[in-house]
Amino acid sequence: MAETEHAGVEETLKRIEAQKGVIGTIVVNAEGIPIRTTLDNSTTIQYAKLFRLLTMKARSTVRDIDPQNDLTFLRVRSKKHEILVAPEHDFLLIVIQNPCE
Amino acid sequence: MPRKSKSARSSAGSKGKDKGHPDDIVPMLLTSATQELFGCRADEDVTGESPYKLLKKDDIIQDFKTRAAVSDFRPVKQIVLDYPEDELLLVFDKDFIYGQRFYLVVTPEAKERILNVVQPPEPETPEVIETPEPSLSSEQEIDEESVKETREKLCYKFSRVRRKFGAPVVFSDSITTLVNCPSYPDSKFSIKLMQRDCGSQAAARLRSSSAQTQWMMLRNMSTQYTPRELSSEEKEKILQSDSMKNFCKLVTPRMLQALQEESIMNVFFDDWKALGTAVEDIVWSGEDFKDLRFYRGFSDQNYTKDKKISSINWHPTIYGVIAVALTEKRQEQEPTTFASKDSLILFYSFSDIYNAQLLLECPGDIFAFEFCPSDPNIIVGGCKNGQVVLWDISAYVTHLQGTQPDEEVSVNTEIYYINEERENKPPVVPFCAVSFIDSSHKAAITDVHWLPPTFEVTKTGLPVENKYNISAQIVTCSPDCALMFWDVRVPDRKQNVYQKTPYGVPNTFKHLYRTWKPLFRVSLPKIDTSGEYAPLKFSLERSTCTANTARTTEAANENDDSSKVIPDYSQLRVPSAKTLTTLEDVNTKLFIGTESGEIIYTDWKLVKDESGRLHTAKPLHCFSIHHWLVNTVQLSPFFTDIVLTIGSWSFAIWNEGVMDGPIIKSPNFEHWCTVGCWSLSRPAIFFIGKENGSIEVWNLLENTNVPAQVLAQVTDAKITCIKPWIASSKQHFLAVTDELGMLKVFELPKALCVPSWNESLRVLKVFEVQEERLKDLVRCRELWAKEQKEAEELKKRTEHDVLLKPLREEEEHKMLEESIMKGLGLWPATADKQDA
Repeated sequence: MAETEHAGVEETLKRIEAQKGVIGTIVVNAEGIPIRTTLDNSTTIQYAKLFRLLTMKARSTVRDIDPQNDLTFLRVRSKKHEILVAPEHDFLLIVIQNPCE
Repeated sequence: MPRKSKSARSSAGSKGKDKGHPDDIVPMLLTSATQELFGCRADEDVTGESPYKLLKKDDIIQDFKTRAAVSDFRPVKQIVLDYPEDELLLVFDKDFIYGQRFYLVVTPEAKERILNVVQPPEPETPEVIETPEPSLSSEQEIDEESVKETREKLCYKFSRVRRKFGAPVVFSDSITTLVNCPSYPDSKFSIKLMQRDCGSQAAARLRSSSAQTQWMMLRNMSTQYTPRELSSEEKEKILQSDSMKNFCKLVTPRMLQALQEESIMNVFFDDWKALGTAVEDIVWSGEDFKDLRFYRGFSDQNYTKDKKISSINWHPTIYGVIAVALTEKRQEQEPTTFASKDSLILFYSFSDIYNAQLLLECPGDIFAFEFCPSDPNIIVGGCKNGQVVLWDISAYVTHLQGTQPDEEVSVNTEIYYINEERENKPPVVPFCAVSFIDSSHKAAITDVHWLPPTFEVTKTGLPVENKYNISAQIVTCSPDCALMFWDVRVPDRKQNVYQKTPYGVPNTFKHLYRTWKPLFRVSLPKIDTSGEYAPLKFSLERSTCTANTARTTEAANENDDSSKVIPDYSQLRVPSAKTLTTLEDVNTKLFIGTESGEIIYTDWKLVKDESGRLHTAKPLHCFSIHHWLVNTVQLSPFFTDIVLTIGSWSFAIWNEGVMDGPIIKSPNFEHWCTVGCWSLSRPAIFFIGKENGSIEVWNLLENTNVPAQVLAQVTDAKITCIKPWIASSKQHFLAVTDELGMLKVFELPKALCVPSWNESLRVLKVFEVQEERLKDLVRCRELWAKEQKEAEELKKRTEHDVLLKPLREEEEHKMLEESIMKGLGLWPATADKQDA
């Protein structure tokens, strides 16, 4: 049971990774420690640290404006690629995608 | 009572002792008559309190004389006579201690003793102890300070002469000049202050004080940390936890949607912005003006009279320094006769337009020179007589740098240099090395290039890796039908002849001085006929293979410092060819423009022919495009395989991959083209200088038949050189020289500096289109040629046919007959019968 579900997690993540233009994915836990990643270690740690901070800030911004509200998705678009962050409970999923153009 | 008996009795001692008294006293009884005589009456003159009476010895002797036997002192007569002193002590013994009323002290010592002993019992007055005060020498000071009259006061009295009393007084100005006697420090006079009065104040030894200090907040300068990481078991556990599953379930659809949105469409693309002519990289912060704007004009009258400028170069690192090579105006026919005037390369700086800053001495007129890309202090030049010359200006670089107009130079050097310029001439740098004349070119060297620092060349022309990434090799070409490769480093085999350079010449290239021989020689045999081409200009592949660049960037990243160090050329040695790896993908082919207007594409590697000797292969291609001297062959700075060649009447653009011909060829011009160059910032622009002093600006994106802009009358004479340079993001210069020896520097307007939108892509497209056209043309030509050939053949065949026509017709007829008959079954029986 756990195996299949674990496999379910893996499968899901693989689906995300298989999307067009995805460079890498990182799963970060509540403390900011990367759990699972497809990039190299130093990049992962940097992304995990920085995006966790940004996500916390964004979430607190949203909740300050309306306490009933909550952050569901964060997209950062840069010159080179787009970074998508999905926070939920105590985990964080970071996906880096190259825009198709 | 008889005195004798008394004295006997006294001497016997009534108390029963032997004597009963010390030796030095004698108890005595004195009669009242004696007592009166001597004034020691008992209880009257002498009492218990004062029992002492000093008797004079003379009195006692007198008493002996007067009373002889009756004297009371008769028993002590001898003692008295022997007594040394004048006075004897008689003590009144009140208590009869020694047995008698009186006792006489016989010895003076006893007398003293008794007298002294007696003294202490006397009530003493307390003595005032007068210990003298310890002398603090204050009394001395007081003595010194006090004013005492040393002598009596003198009294003088003055009065006028008596006769002048009461006379009228006349006051007048006196003619006295005021003599000032100011004080001045006299050197001979000096008083040494030996002693100084100083007031002192008693101060407490301890004193408390407080101050307020800056309390700085403690802040970490730096922290070193490592990120926390989870072990793989923990990661597995988390991945399998429920919360993880929930998380994935919730997050995945959102993420997939976002990803898909992204791949569908780019919502951030700004269409308006993309349509505009905004520039990607270069931000123009300079001024906007229309045509070329004149910036500076340089002409040093001392040196440029009757000379024309044959070649110019911007100094690659120092701002605002240009070097020009001066040559004689009229070309002499024999290149070996040396002009008596000095040939020079002048360095101009923006700060001074009338004087050259530095002069380089040349053995002959220089037609081409180049700065070394690895070390801008090394300059190589090609001479009129075919020799290659090297200079090292590292000693004068500060002089050049000091003349920069914007930099702040310390006052001292500025003054020094200004003086030098005004009084003396600019410094002259002699050449460091010159090639061996027998192995140099036989004609003037017309083009010189340094090999890029990415690769080197061995003796056979094989490109090998360049270990230190230093440009140390030079290629020269000359109309004596050869290209030569030179190496400036010390050759492997040590030379026994130790060259000594003349005084004043830097030692950088002393190993080459006058014995420099080329590495190898590339000849250019003609493809179809015998003879050779006479090259004038060539282009060197500036970029090399990707593997090499990757390696060099790695090396550069590893030891960044060492790559910035300018190499010391005197220490460089030619590495042995075996130790270096051959680079396979370096392009060893060149474009060469010749005297007769041909463009040759050849490989410089030496190959072995049948006899095993190394020689150059025949050029791969040759095109006679231009009809006269080719004056420019230049690779585009933006594209690695586009070459611009300019002949006297036209220009052509070539693509190295397409060897059928030039992809763009211009129509023939009215005026000669003398020189041209690509723009350094816009891929589609190049400039052509003409013999009437105008510059044409060609834009490949607009039109290839007509120049985009004609800047007429840029100079008054034929333009000899054009060189662009990017000084900063807002200043692009174009240096233009002419036949009169004038150097003019222009600023390029924004339109010519800033590339238009996507310019390089559009230019590439233009080239592609032209290539297609060329290919089509070639194909058409081939087809046409083939058709022509076929037509000819056909013609021949038809002629042949005409002769053979009747025979053939008969044959055909017969065959036709046969076939019809067979079909009808009426074929002649003879054949059937024969068959049967």
